[in-house]
Amino acid sequence: MNVMRNHILISIDAGTLMSGARAVEGALVAEIVRQGLDSEVSVLETGSIGITGKGVVLVVYPEGIYYAGVTPGDVPEIVKEHLLKGRPVKRLILTEAPKRVIISKEKTGLLKEQPRIVLRNCGFINPENIEEYIAANGYEAIAKALQTMKPEDVVNEVKASNLLGRGGAGFPTGLKWEFAIKTPGDEKFVICNADEGEPGTFKDRLILEGDPHKLIEGMLLAGYAIRGTRGFVYIRGEYALSIERIEKAIADARKYGLLGNNILESNFNFDIVVMKGAGAYVCGEETALIESLEGKRGHPRIKPPFPINAGLWRKPTLVNNVETLSNIPDIIRNGATWYRGYGTDRCTGTKVYTILGHVVTPGLVETEMGTTLKDIIFEYGGGIKGGKKFKGALVGGAAGAFLGPDMLDVQMDFVNLREYAAALGSGAILVMDEDTDMVDMLKSVLHFFKHESCGHCAPCRLGTARLVEIIDLIAASQGTMEDINQLLEITKAMKDSSFCPLGQSVNLPVSSSIKYFKDEMTARVKA
Amino acid sequence: MYREQILKKFEPRLDNILFILHDLQDNNPQRYLAREDIEKCATYLNIASSYVHGVVTFYSMFSLKPRGRYIIRLCESPPCHLMGSESLLEYLKKKLKVDIGETTSDGAFTLELTSCLGICGVAPALMVNEEMVGNLTPERLDAILEERRQRL
Repeated sequence: MNVMRNHILISIDAGTLMSGARAVEGALVAEIVRQGLDSEVSVLETGSIGITGKGVVLVVYPEGIYYAGVTPGDVPEIVKEHLLKGRPVKRLILTEAPKRVIISKEKTGLLKEQPRIVLRNCGFINPENIEEYIAANGYEAIAKALQTMKPEDVVNEVKASNLLGRGGAGFPTGLKWEFAIKTPGDEKFVICNADEGEPGTFKDRLILEGDPHKLIEGMLLAGYAIRGTRGFVYIRGEYALSIERIEKAIADARKYGLLGNNILESNFNFDIVVMKGAGAYVCGEETALIESLEGKRGHPRIKPPFPINAGLWRKPTLVNNVETLSNIPDIIRNGATWYRGYGTDRCTGTKVYTILGHVVTPGLVETEMGTTLKDIIFEYGGGIKGGKKFKGALVGGAAGAFLGPDMLDVQMDFVNLREYAAALGSGAILVMDEDTDMVDMLKSVLHFFKHESCGHCAPCRLGTARLVEIIDLIAASQGTMEDINQLLEITKAMKDSSFCPLGQSVNLPVSSSIKYFKDEMTARVKA
Repeated sequence: MYREQILKKFEPRLDNILFILHDLQDNNPQRYLAREDIEKCATYLNIASSYVHGVVTFYSMFSLKPRGRYIIRLCESPPCHLMGSESLLEYLKKKLKVDIGETTSDGAFTLELTSCLGICGVAPALMVNEEMVGNLTPERLDAILEERRQRL
């Protein structure tokens, strides 16, 4: 086997594909062959490197040099200068993102090393190659569980890790699994909720695109733990590359005997199928998702019974988010005590955030629970674009809360934010600079809810329509103080009476925007 | 004829309905679900066509109206809104001379809005059929439309 002198990782994800990553990859391979370097330099595809909005991104190892905005036209120069002569092409080197989670710790300088659990392999391995995942300790956790642990032991380990569900609600994962194992049933299902639709959130997409085998292993562990028989990954229809990657990963895992019957000769049988959604935000709600999986309109069901008792086809069903499940393999491999070493006492582990809006470097970051909003925006996001001032952030997606500058120093985790009447939600952080019109932003949020209300229950169907009428009036400077109070009244009623979390959660963005930006709203209404 | 071939790819089970509808729509040159699509699907799954109609109208990716060769779905969620998608919508409407949900008279483009596409790092963003495009500006929109017109 040849020893390669250089490895070039090229980030292939939805973002870089838009910028022509395939053309760059093709040009790179051709140029390397042309220069006779193909026995010394390898080009490897990987998932997102964690840098978005910078075009096609390459990393050349062993130097660890990041190039961004690469076009096919730049390729001959990179090959000739860097690979042939050893002189990196300075004009393409990425300098703006020195503290991204994916960048190695030597380069981070200021902050302590970022723990990577969920994204450990993203941007390092080729997600389409199962052997690369295996080489990165992949499928070790399921082997350990099958050989040395009883299902109850796996549940107890997850319980002891204090992992909270990463879908948004922060429900203790171990507890959910314990309910599942205690529920009798000849057939039990594991559903991975990959119907990522919370505005500003794309962490699950990047996990699916960057490390699909980790999710499969997480689902296998969940299946073994609750004595499940089948798994389903429900992915939104818009995520074409995610669907392609996870389907390939499942097929490869079957070939390697890691899915199917008698997995690793343990008598454990488990298989996974992928389901494709068709555009409905409400299907991110677990019971609506189950209805959709069954081939119906995605209306939420009344709870109880919870899916754990009567889920898919009324059988016991465990529903977990992509990020939640992707935490499981490392918890089982390294133990709950190790996992509890990360994060805060009440909220262990790491969280994957997406940083967006008016920041210098929008993108993805995985950091310990308890990191402040300030660190995320100013250290990882590179601060506010154009040297402007921070005005506010919408944290947790549309169903999240608007936060003002006095929330910058609050430690962010599920429990702590709840105490501030906010929510960590999906981990989306939409940053707004001083010029942002907060009424306009609230208007956008309320229009979103009106569009996505499924129409099943009256409080949400009528409430969201009425909210849009009112906010449109206020935005057009035609509203009154009474209208602002109405926004609060309506969302309070929706919180108490809506059928599912969609309608219940509208109160959060409304009440928080009025709490932090009331002056701006009252300035817009008629006296 | 192609409809039968699509249906045969799937077992006649209700939980395959979204797969079937996606496939039928993608293979319709006008990228929508015609009455015949719905009826064939209903017969195949042994359910009422009103049921299929109900499912189709629930999900935003399905259309009951014929659409253009290229479906432009501009994201209107808060992250894209913050980065200026509203003015791009006005630009598109003017440029294509259509309103939301309408198709240009030459059948080339249909203008639609969508909720978050999950590529917010490059907001404002849109999808043209299966392809995602971000960092939009009016100039970029011009180039996208022009390029698609060339392909017609």
